[in-house]
Amino acid sequence: MRALRPSVVTAAAVAAALTVVSGCAAKSDGKGGGKGVIDVTASDSACELSAKEFPAGHVRFAVRNTGSQVTEMYVYAPGDRIVTERENIGPGTRAEITAEIKPGHYEVACKPGMKGSGIRQKVTASGKGADAERDPRLDAAVAAYRTYVQQQADLTLPAAQKFADAVRAGDVDAAKKTYALSRVGWERTEPVAESFGDIDPKVDVREDGLEDGQKWTGWHRLEKSLWQQQKISGDDKKLAGRLITDLKDWQKRVGTADITPTSMANGAKELLDEVATGKVTGEEERYSHTDLLDFQANVEGAQKAYELLKPVAAKNDPELARELDKQFASIKARLDKHRDSGSDDGFAPYDTVGKGERKVLSDGVNALAEPLSKLAAAVATAK
Amino acid sequence: MTGGTGDMADMADRTGRADKESDMADGAEQGGAGRDGQAPDTGGESANGRAPSRRSLLGWGGAGLALGAVAAGGTAAALRTGGDAGPAAADATAGAAVPFHGTHQAGIATAVQDRLHFAAFDVTTDDRDALIALLKEWTRAAARMTAGDAVGDGAVGQLVEAPPDDTGEALGLPPSRLTLTFGIGPTLFEKDGKDRFGIRSRRPDALTDLPKFPGDNLDAARSGGDLCVQACADDPQVAVHAIRNLARIGFGKVAIRWSQLGFGKTSSTTPDAQTPRNMFGFKDGTDNVSGADPKALDAHVWVSGSDAKGSASWMAGGSYLVARRIRMHIETWDRTSLKEQQDVFGRDKGEGAPAGKKNERDTPHLPSMLPTAHVRLAHPDSNGGVRILRRGYSFTDGTDGLGRLDAGLFFLAYQRDVRHGFVPLQRKLARHDALNEYIQHVGSAVFAVPPGVRGAADWWGRELFTASA
Repeated sequence: MRALRPSVVTAAAVAAALTVVSGCAAKSDGKGGGKGVIDVTASDSACELSAKEFPAGHVRFAVRNTGSQVTEMYVYAPGDRIVTERENIGPGTRAEITAEIKPGHYEVACKPGMKGSGIRQKVTASGKGADAERDPRLDAAVAAYRTYVQQQADLTLPAAQKFADAVRAGDVDAAKKTYALSRVGWERTEPVAESFGDIDPKVDVREDGLEDGQKWTGWHRLEKSLWQQQKISGDDKKLAGRLITDLKDWQKRVGTADITPTSMANGAKELLDEVATGKVTGEEERYSHTDLLDFQANVEGAQKAYELLKPVAAKNDPELARELDKQFASIKARLDKHRDSGSDDGFAPYDTVGKGERKVLSDGVNALAEPLSKLAAAVATAK
Repeated sequence: MTGGTGDMADMADRTGRADKESDMADGAEQGGAGRDGQAPDTGGESANGRAPSRRSLLGWGGAGLALGAVAAGGTAAALRTGGDAGPAAADATAGAAVPFHGTHQAGIATAVQDRLHFAAFDVTTDDRDALIALLKEWTRAAARMTAGDAVGDGAVGQLVEAPPDDTGEALGLPPSRLTLTFGIGPTLFEKDGKDRFGIRSRRPDALTDLPKFPGDNLDAARSGGDLCVQACADDPQVAVHAIRNLARIGFGKVAIRWSQLGFGKTSSTTPDAQTPRNMFGFKDGTDNVSGADPKALDAHVWVSGSDAKGSASWMAGGSYLVARRIRMHIETWDRTSLKEQQDVFGRDKGEGAPAGKKNERDTPHLPSMLPTAHVRLAHPDSNGGVRILRRGYSFTDGTDGLGRLDAGLFFLAYQRDVRHGFVPLQRKLARHDALNEYIQHVGSAVFAVPPGVRGAADWWGRELFTASA
């Protein structure tokens, strides 16, 4: 956790500012529907639009479901960031969706049966300051990363539910067994979750990160009860329910996160920062000592972002890609030395890892994080 | 010790070749020190005075800020933007650059700067090519930083998405006489019986593992190291910046094993300067090897061509460094009577005069001192003429958790052969020195310090990795 972490958002803003400067104004001669309304005809096999180019600004989509299945409609910005959406549009019914749409390139998706990535149509909102078209490989990377982030949230909920159920049942042992495992998806994608600002302080704050008057909620409050106090209070049971509510909020909103290639790369670096400042020191899981599982999850999340950006990064800076491949392999080998099949989370408790062994891990983190800090530049300079 | 005229002739010959190989002034550091000797009025304290950098104006500067320093500041600022320092850049000029290139590495005979950041590194890669690439990159960065320039493409002005090459805390500061001195520890040649980089056969005999001395209480985490870099500067921020940036460049290839900050010099290589005091309040090392005395340097500090034979020939023009972290029991010392303190050292505390004498530099009469007095035991006359060049610094690393200062002397000594320098001296001191009641050696390391970097194409350790034996 970190109390305040605007960098994912900031990085995105910086990237946006850069593209604004270099972006060319799109033509505004596109034909829109009457009075700025775009008619969307959603059937079981098609997604037809009355206009694919329209002026940016306040845009209304009038959706008609002519198919036999319930459908939904999404407007995606590059990288599958959700701009607006409407679910549950029944067969034969209509719905109207409005959104503020900035100049740029988007995709409209109809999802008959409300599943999958839908039937897509490329659209352009014209106007001054439209983003220059990005390397399609980077858009693909962002879209794939967004899918990954959503999957991690989707996987976290059932694991967290198990943990919360154990807490609510007052079962200390079962809660301890499921605690660390419930955090993996969160730890893999933490910088994206933190970009929302309000969720992280509710679910992942540590006692030392609390502000005056702030009520301590989330995983670490329960961690303290389970390992230090060795008992579950009535308040803890309520907090377990609250944790699930907050995580569901994250699951619902994570798809709307503003993700760019730069923020992905910086997010990967930030995951290593998390390891360096919280895990390698043993501060993150100071009661449960399950730091190594968090450590691994942070590394996995960073590696996912890197692997997705690698086609572009390796072209711009092949030496950097070679070094990152080497150092990711090296840090995993260092972590493997601490695996313990007998423990609940698969790793030795961190309080049994000696100072010398911690330094070996820390040296590995530095060795990986330093080249990883250069990844953003390697994708930002992509042509 | 050997050290006949033959060696000196050999040195002179090599010096001459070095001149042809690079456009650098020969032995520039010695040249600077030599000027100190010839012009005592401008040497001494002013050599160690600080330019009015931002740091010193903010209060880092203490006693010893020379009257001329303000005037010299302009010169320093002008020099800072220069690249390779020319012969005119005297290291006696406050804030100026000490030439990085030369026959010997700077930071040994160089007039001792006020501050130290010393770092020992473990080499974490087993790839010889990666290590060599790092040494080249380090050398380039060191040449830039000692000239007062930022590392790589600088601290600002590059792509905003990327972290800057240079960390930036030395921006706007003069070179501050920064020297970066590079050394190689025994474990680079062989570790756990393994010839790690194909250089085992080139380990010089003079780079001996130190024996255990009586009273040693060495912490492995503060001892040893495959490589070291000694950063000395008149501004602590400049010294710390240098180590920080070298460590950063090294991530993935090397990792800092331990490091030590020194806040005040305890030795002088400029005889006309005031001898600094150690944490016990005493002047020690009055009769240090002078950086302005080429004969003494050749006799006691620089490895000669005949010392460095066969597979160790890469060390000619280099030196050997012993580093010891010596914890001082400050509180018990402070409760000791003045008489006992003076007896322990064999000196008068106020003046620094040897027992029974009036002035610090009077020739000591050793029999007037107790047989266990520090000066008597350490004096060359008691050790067959053995001398080492001391370059130590006082340190205070906060407190020790028991309400006592964690302070002492970070002892640094350069010599021609460890077996004939530090080892016999410390054997004797460890057994007999009255000072042992107040000190404890808690860290130890020994390094081979290769000769100087001759020019822009040269790099730290080149002789070791490329010379044919």
